[in-house]
Amino acid sequence: MVTVLTIYGLLAVGLVVSLVKSKEKTMKAFMIARKSFFKTAPSILVVLGIVGLTLGILTPETISKLVGAEAGIMATLIAALLGAITLIPSLVAFPLAGSLLRSGATVMTISAFVTSLVMVGFVTAPMEIKELGKKFTLLRNALGLLAALLIAFVMGVLL
Amino acid sequence: MKAFFKQFFGVLVLLAVYLVLAIVRMDWAVQSSQVTWDYLKEMVLILPPVFLLMGLIEAWIPKNKIQKWLGSGSGLKGIAISFALGTLPTGPLYVAFPMAGALVRKGASHTNMVVFLGAWAALKIPQLMVEIKFLGIAFTLLRFVLTLAALILMGLLVEGVLHRFPDKQWLEKGEEQAEQSMMKTRKREV
Repeated sequence: MVTVLTIYGLLAVGLVVSLVKSKEKTMKAFMIARKSFFKTAPSILVVLGIVGLTLGILTPETISKLVGAEAGIMATLIAALLGAITLIPSLVAFPLAGSLLRSGATVMTISAFVTSLVMVGFVTAPMEIKELGKKFTLLRNALGLLAALLIAFVMGVLL
Repeated sequence: MKAFFKQFFGVLVLLAVYLVLAIVRMDWAVQSSQVTWDYLKEMVLILPPVFLLMGLIEAWIPKNKIQKWLGSGSGLKGIAISFALGTLPTGPLYVAFPMAGALVRKGASHTNMVVFLGAWAALKIPQLMVEIKFLGIAFTLLRFVLTLAALILMGLLVEGVLHRFPDKQWLEKGEEQAEQSMMKTRKREV
């Protein structure tokens, strides 16, 4: 809700300022927006479909079964992988991570899950490629996964 | 027809996957469609204004300004601006991609875009509140600091690699589009 209000608020301010200053440039902005929206639309649909598949199959219960069952390096790796391929809103992800932590998962596993969840976006890759290119997407996500594992290791040692 | 097929190839593949799933595991197919529907509703509400905002940015903010603030010479200031932009409470990551795309086309550096996207996904202020509540302040703070450091390193690395091995295919596509739009405006002016 806050998100929607923020975006529409920003847009309203921007549009008013733009219209006051120049009608032509505002029209140009509309043209650009329409063009890039239709160009991106197919990859948005793909992202939607994959989000549905991952969340429909990997429900929070399934994830907690996979991550909570065993401790050790394997659990951490699985957690990082699950974090990378799922796209869970933070309002669902953090309570899930919290309950896993209380039910016996290690800090390393939980931070691997949380960090790769936010750093790696397998599901959103089609959109990222469209906007920023294949190489950028591949590099950013691969390095993100690596960073998530390193961060998890450091946190597991420190906490 | 061929172009249409190429553009919607991914969508068609996914439709096939859903169909197969409906035959093999009906319950998974139902759950998945439900989630897709929920997200579709959210995106329909959020994406049009995002693209319009992007259009406004492209139409109004001159290239040299973006280059100065977020280009490869912007240094620490550029990183700080990207970080600040990313932490604003403005929604899910898929909103950030079109924005990052627009900024790159205006001359923002890859380092800054990695920091921007990373901060957007990992270091959002409202999200941190939720994290503190469920995982504790020590966990959240440590993850915040480590993630920020990792993002800056990742950004520098990505920039370095792309500088040495540029994404030619993608760059060419961008230039083609820029040329096309230039020709169009020229025609209109004539």
